[in-house]
This record gives sequence, structure tokens and C-alpha cells, in this order.
Amino acid sequence: MIAFVLQRLWQAVIVMLAISLLVFVGVFAIGNPIDVVLSPDATQQIREETIRAYGFDQPLWRQYLAFLDRLAHGDFGRSFLFNMPVLQLIGSRLPATLELTLTAVIGATVIGVPLGMYAGYRPDGALSKIIMAISVLGFSVPTFWIGLVLIFTFAVTLGWLPAGGRGETARAFGVDWSCLTLGGWRHLILPAINLALFKFAMMVRLARAGTRELMLSDTVKFARAAGESEGVILRRHVLRLISIPIVTVFGLEFGSTLAFAVVTETIFSWPGVGKLIIDSISSLDRPVMVAYLMLVACLFIAINLLVDLAQAALDPRLRGARA
Amino acid sequence: MSAPLLEVRDLRTEFRTRAGALRAVDGVSFSVGQGEIVGLVGESGSGKSVTGFSILGLIEPPGRIAAGSIRLEGRELVGLSHRALRGVRGRRVAMVFQDPAATLNPLLTIGRQMRLALSAHQALGAEAARARCLAALRQVGIPDPEARLDSYPHQFSGGMRQRVCIAIALINEPRLIVCDEPTTALDVSIQAQILSEMRKLVRETGVSLIWISHDLAVVSALADRVMVMYAGRIVERGPTRETLRAPRHPYTAGLLASLPAAIPPGAPLSQIAGSPPSLIDAPPGCAFAPRCPRAAEPCRAEPPWSEDGARAARCHFPLEAGAP
Ligand SMILES: Nc1ncnc2c1ncn2[C@@H]1O[C@H](COP(=O)(O)OP(=O)(O)OP(=O)(O)O)[C@@H](O)[C@H]1O
Ligand SMILES: [Mg+2]
Repeated sequence: MIAFVLQRLWQAVIVMLAISLLVFVGVFAIGNPIDVVLSPDATQQIREETIRAYGFDQPLWRQYLAFLDRLAHGDFGRSFLFNMPVLQLIGSRLPATLELTLTAVIGATVIGVPLGMYAGYRPDGALSKIIMAISVLGFSVPTFWIGLVLIFTFAVTLGWLPAGGRGETARAFGVDWSCLTLGGWRHLILPAINLALFKFAMMVRLARAGTRELMLSDTVKFARAAGESEGVILRRHVLRLISIPIVTVFGLEFGSTLAFAVVTETIFSWPGVGKLIIDSISSLDRPVMVAYLMLVACLFIAINLLVDLAQAALDPRLRGARA
Repeated sequence: MSAPLLEVRDLRTEFRTRAGALRAVDGVSFSVGQGEIVGLVGESGSGKSVTGFSILGLIEPPGRIAAGSIRLEGRELVGLSHRALRGVRGRRVAMVFQDPAATLNPLLTIGRQMRLALSAHQALGAEAARARCLAALRQVGIPDPEARLDSYPHQFSGGMRQRVCIAIALINEPRLIVCDEPTTALDVSIQAQILSEMRKLVRETGVSLIWISHDLAVVSALADRVMVMYAGRIVERGPTRETLRAPRHPYTAGLLASLPAAIPPGAPLSQIAGSPPSLIDAPPGCAFAPRCPRAAEPCRAEPPWSEDGARAARCHFPLEAGAP
């Protein structure tokens, strides 16, 4: 197991190196950042000094090596736009996205999987039909539209919940979290629902399909023939067996939502990294883009590793024969 | 003579389909005595498995037991509530399936799976439960059971996996086990080992077996009595040796003639011509008649049972003893 993790970490280093090169070249290709840093009426002398200060006069490979060297020291540079260290900037935004995404993905899973299992267990029941109708809705209606409907219904018309922002936060691990205060939860709930609906639909489908198939399997027939109750069969056999694909989808969804929650964050003015990256792209804030892309790559690698470890924990066949 | 362990009377099991009610089991009657091994043979689709599932009350919609009676130890099972049936399954009658790899849950240790089956009926302490699991594994001839309790199914060979399934079926000491082709997926030498293991089990514990198979060789090696099923009905029954040596029903004779061992080397494999009839809206009369070399006008009517001691065949024109 440890050898497996070490091997994966080693692979991760190589992947990160490759990505750093892609990111660096890609971002270099999109435009000259010097125009962002300087006002258009700066003198030629100031311009040249600035170029030298940022190292933009060096050949590309030298800039890349310098970039790697800075990364290795944890120095991602300063944001041109906010004039603060990039790590600090992203660090101040990431918790907001993290708690929003986690709430959405965990909520979708914890609610969607049991409902999907029910729909698979009683495919002809009235409740199952309702569950499936909601899941079709979650798949087919665009996120931004649902977001607007949620705001209009719960914030504007009913006035039960705030329309945007993070609300009160409390500090833990040196960062601010909305999910630690009641007021924060009130702000969190609408964007989380908005983000969760698609994932909920997916979890329902996945759990339903798996349950339907398993209810006809010999494993379930054998458990029934042994006199095990339906509750035991659903919890100990079916849930266990469908958890393997669910963990995979959970990881993928968590990663992609973390990286691309931007629509929801924009609609609900949620100050997360999604908004930050859009702002930095439109203003060519190169260090932010670079650091963000590196961070996303890193997160995906970490999530994939965690998914693989979870799979191995669930499925003895992946742990190798130790008979 | 005391009442048999299992008594099935006029069992009819149907499946609702778009084309109409499919009679998978159509008026089947038989009994199984204490410590007896009864073979149930027939072509694919003849209703062997459905008969087995009916006995365990495991017919799910769109299927249902439409008529008949199933008495186990004198107790009527047809019409019992789900709850009461659950108390019977595993405890009084258990079932083993064809493919042990698909039967066992690949994610749970076999000890865990055995305890799940055990706790469905008995609340035993950890020590007693463990002892019971080990005893069941020993009964089916698994070497070094202590070391195997924490193994997962994929760590066993096919034959050992099927033994584990049988051990799970045995764990609550049922009086009857329905074995649905348990050795079909295994190679011949493993099959022979399991058959001898099963005979020993029956001798030592007095459990009864219904052994479903389409392999006449297996049934003749194991069963005391054999029942031949065709299109949802039992067409012939009797003691295994006599029945397979000199079948009375032309269908049984056809099955035997199509065994590779019955055919001289080099001769073409004989087959029963035609294919089994549809089980939906079957016409009255003998279902085998369209494929039967001896069929004649009377076969349009329901054939009577022609009985002869322990043997019986459901045919208007049964083969005589010594006839081909
Ligand atoms: N769930 C079901 N729905 C509809 N029809 C079914 C169902 N289960 C079984 N049948 C039908 O019942 C008939 C008997 O099936 P059964 O499984 O008992 O055959 P079998 O004798 O066990 O055959 P095999 O040797 O292939 O296992 C078949 O025609 C089958 O199509
Ligand atoms: Mg079958």
C-alpha cells in the first residue's frame, strides 16, 4: 500500500512538471502582461525597468526555469491586479469554494444515493416516479436558470434566504468559513442547492441503475435464499456494491465542481476562486492564472489518489491477493 | 410411513408477460423424504429453477404461484407472509446456485457473509458464531477453515467457492437444500469431489437435497430418485438407476440417447428433433407430442400417469421395459 502511494506521488511530480510547462507556455502565449501592470502613459524608461524587474526580457526557457525555481520555493509571485501574494489571494478565496463544493457534492450524494436506491428497489412506485422526474429536471435545466429561479423564489418573493454573499464567517485553521455559523449556512444553502442539483440527478441515476441490476443478481437472490432481511440486503450487499462507482463519480464531480463552480459563484456573488479566475483572465493577471491552474492540477491528482485509495479500501480485489 | 419432509401438490407458477401468462411450472407434484437426494432434470427452460425458487417463496413479480400447495415439515408455505417466509428461508430450506463467483459478494470476507446468513435467524455471540462458521466450512471439506474465514471470495478456487456457498446454505442447519446446478460450472474432477462431499453430508446430517441438473451423469451418480421435467411438467419419475437404465417416457429416452456416452464413437450425435413448445397458451395434451416419435391421435388429450411401483411416466404410450 505504501509502495503504491509512493509510486503515485512520484507520478504526480512528473505530471505536475509537465503541467507547469504547459501552463507556462500557454499563459505566455495569451498576451503581454506588461500592459496590465503599467498605465498606458508610463515613460519608456519606466517600462524597460519594469520589464527587467519581472524578467520579461529573458529568453523563454530562462523565464521558465526561474518560474520553476520560484514555485519550488512556494513563491507564486504577486497578483498584478490585487497587488498581493498570489498564494495569499487564492488562500483567501479557496475556502469559500471548498465549502460550497463540499456541501453540494456531499449533500447530493447523501440524499441522492438513498433515493436512487429506493427508485431502483421499487421501480414502479409512485415515489420512485417523482424521484426520477426531479432527476430529469436536474439533468436538463441549465444551472444559471435554476440559480435565478432559486433567488427569485426564496430570496425575492419569500424573503427566507439571502440572495448572495457569504454572510457571517468564523475562523478555523486560519481561514474564514461560512459553514461554522448559522448566518453563513443561510447564505450557503441556495448556492449549494443550485450546484448540487445536477450531481443529485447523477447520483440518483447511478444508484438506481446499480440497485436495479443488483436486485436481479445471484448475490441478492442468494442472500434472500439465506433468509436475510431486505434491509440487510440493501445495506450490506447493494449499498456496498454500488459504492464503488459512486466513489469514482463523487471524486470526479468534486474535482470538476471545485475548479468550475464559476456560474453559481457569479449568480450568488459567492467570493470563491471561480470568480477570481474569471477576473484574472479578463485582466491578464498572469501569476493568478498560473497558480490557479497549478492548484487545479494538484487538486485533481490528489482527488484521483484519494479515489484510488477509497476503491482499494472498498474492493479487496484491488488490494491484490494476500491469501 | 411418516409424512415426507417436502410435499409439493399441483404447483403452478406463472409469469405475467406481454403475450399472456407464461406457465413456467404447470401442475407439478412430488415429495422429498428425510435424507433423500432427488434429482430434477430437463432441458433448459423446462422450469427446474422456477420450481426451486417456488419452494423457497422467491418468485418475484411479475411471477406468482398461481395454484398448488407446498408443505415443508407439514407446514403450508404457499400464502405465507413475507416475514414468515423469511423465517423459513435459510432456516428450514436453503438454496445453492450455479455460479459461485456470481453468488458470493466479492467485497465481503466469507466469514462476514456467513455471519450475515447466520444472524438472519440466530443471535449468537461472537465466539459461538465463529464456531458455527468453522463447523460449516469443515462440513463441506474446506481445509484450514480458521485461516479462510477472513479471505475474500476471489482468493478461492471455483470449487472451493462453491463449497463456501454450500457452507453458507448449511449454516442454519436447514432440513432441505435446493441445489440449482451447483456443479455445472466446475470441471469434472472438482465436480466428483463435491458430489462425494454432498453424499457424505447427507449421510452425516440427514439433510435432504433437490439436485437440479441437466447433466444426467451427475444425477445418476448422486440421486436416489429422479424426476424428469419437460415444459413445466414432470413427465417421468422413479428410482434413478431403473429410470435411467430403462426410461418409460419417450422424452427421457431421447435425453439419454443424446448423451455423448450413449453414442458409439464416430456416429453422429443424436438430438431430440424440434424445440420445446411455448409455455404461453400451451394447447392441451402432451407437450412433448410434436417432437415425439411415438405420438398419435390420443396425445392431444392430457396423458395419464401410468404407474408401476415406484416408477411413473406421464404418457399415453410409455416405453415397455427392455424396449429401446
Ligand atoms: N422472471 C421471469 N420472468 C419471465 N419468465 C421467466 C422468469 N423466470 C423464468 N421464466 C421462464 O420460465 C421458464 C422456466 O425457466 P427456468 O429458469 O425454471 O428453467 P430451467 O429449467 O431452470 O432452465 P436452465 O437449465 O436454463 O436453468 C422459462 O421459459 C423462462 O423463460
Ligand atoms: Mg435453471
